[in-house]
Amino acid sequence: MAEKDIRLMKGNEVIAHAAVRCGCDGYFGYPITPQSEVMETLMELRPWETTGMVVLQAESEISSINMVYGGAATGKKVMTSSSSPGVSLMSEGLSYIAACELPCLVVNCQRGGPGLGTIQPSQGDYFQACKGGGHGDYHLIVLAPSSVQEMHDFVGLGFDLAFKYSTPSMILADGAIGQMMEKVVLAPQQPRRTDEQIAEECSSWAACGKGKRKQRNVCTSLNLQPEPMEELNNRLQRKYRQIEEAEPRWEEFMCDDAEYVLVAFGSSARICSATVEMAREQGLKLGLLRPITLWPFPKRVISEKAERGVKGFMSVELNVGQMVEDVALAVNGRADVWHYGRTGGVMFTPEDVLTELKRRIVK
Amino acid sequence: MSEVEIKKENMVHSRPRLILDEVMHYCPGCSHGTVHNIVAEVIDEMGLGGDTIGVSPVGCSVFAYKYIDVDWIEAAHGRACAVATAAKRLHPNKLVFTYQGDGDLAAIGTGETIHAAARGENIVTIFINNAIYGMTGGQMSPTTLLGMKTATTPCGRDAALNGFPYKITDMMTHLDGATYITRQSVHTPAAVRKCKKAIRKAFENSMAGNGYSIVEVVATCNSGWKLSPVESNRWMEENMFPHYPLGDIKCAELPK
Repeated sequence: MAEKDIRLMKGNEVIAHAAVRCGCDGYFGYPITPQSEVMETLMELRPWETTGMVVLQAESEISSINMVYGGAATGKKVMTSSSSPGVSLMSEGLSYIAACELPCLVVNCQRGGPGLGTIQPSQGDYFQACKGGGHGDYHLIVLAPSSVQEMHDFVGLGFDLAFKYSTPSMILADGAIGQMMEKVVLAPQQPRRTDEQIAEECSSWAACGKGKRKQRNVCTSLNLQPEPMEELNNRLQRKYRQIEEAEPRWEEFMCDDAEYVLVAFGSSARICSATVEMAREQGLKLGLLRPITLWPFPKRVISEKAERGVKGFMSVELNVGQMVEDVALAVNGRADVWHYGRTGGVMFTPEDVLTELKRRIVK
Repeated sequence: MSEVEIKKENMVHSRPRLILDEVMHYCPGCSHGTVHNIVAEVIDEMGLGGDTIGVSPVGCSVFAYKYIDVDWIEAAHGRACAVATAAKRLHPNKLVFTYQGDGDLAAIGTGETIHAAARGENIVTIFINNAIYGMTGGQMSPTTLLGMKTATTPCGRDAALNGFPYKITDMMTHLDGATYITRQSVHTPAAVRKCKKAIRKAFENSMAGNGYSIVEVVATCNSGWKLSPVESNRWMEENMFPHYPLGDIKCAELPK
């Protein structure tokens, strides 16, 4: 067996390596801090000379996402990456991609908002990622990495889920995960699919030239007739229910006997795991539930914990309270639900989280 | 209506093979139908029916995918050239073209269009310039002439109030990546023949990897202009052609 390819890398750099290695066909992007290393690394790797992957710097995020739409519509495995303001510009395109039921991967390395905001880390795009962002009733599959290794792993997973359900996936990282360096095990190189494979595998929908097909493929989300348009919506919703049933992912840390549970994702979850250890040393039965998929949200496991008698859940986020709404919906009044967060790029410490939790419990 | 048997030697014109037997949504007298026919004929004559990806965005050509029998991608308003860029780069052996109106191409899609041309993408843009937003009911577009009445310039386009019209294809002559730039029309049989020649040249230019090509077709919108089809043609000749003169604007090799 070949030796593992272990490197020390930034989260953003690893996105580029993982993309090439999973057989991605095309990356289209626009520079924005704190994720510009993704495209810079790709340009250094020069995958067009090895795997044949296309890498293109577009003139805007609007153009990037529409290039992704165009590539995805032809059956190719395509992606982009950006940070919060750039993802706002991409939201229209994401709505089209979801409506056309096309697979693709978008990485959002979040920075603080609203507006031009800051280049410091934030988790302020939870609503945008999980509740729409663009217009109409659609969802993205949203994966929240909390380590550089997960940045790597979720590129392949994101594409797999996108192709399994014909829908866009998003990796919702943040400036901290994107910029920090950690040890990562890189996957072996997978070949890109050939044009013949794509023409065969995606023959019912990919607009890649009619070739020998009898029926041409048209990729559109336009339907001016009310009933067929409603049927498209119903079909999307049936698919979303399937995803909600089969794909929620989460990780638990010391939750079995926990009286209180922190709910946190991404970089916040890393901080909260230290809080749990501190609390346990002090005799406080605290656990951590880390949602890995933010949509579909792991609501059943939270609901079960509320049912089992967990007294309180504190949603810890780098925002003013977004995921806490989903936690509260899952708890449905059976336990206390609190939020703790900081914004503007200010990171809380494990002690800050524990102090806030104790203040809540005493009340 | 019963089918009329026409002897082969008497056949002068028939529905192009790649034009689907659909009722078109275009208004009678509109130039779109003619340009669709030309595009379909050229693709067929080049033997590229199975190797073409068409891209059309929002506007009257929003339904273009219904009529030409090739694979098609419907783009968001203005974004056709970005969509086509990726399709072509990922499928370099296919013919990839966009089909866009003046509102789509010269207003909301200016950035995508100019940058695809500047990069020298090997795609073709068919640009229907009828100086109005047809689909939304006849509002002013970037190419609306001064004095021209539209739904949003009821007293005529006034430069002080509405700004000046602009010639986006002429602007593109400065771009190294744009190698074939031409302005045509389809108001007479001779013009149709010239336009067809231009579209063929543009398609050949892109398949030869010689960069970006754009064929502007100065077109009528008799519904938006509130004129009969015949009056529209006359009005176009008298008013549009002086501002948007016909002919090749640039034929060049892609710089090395």
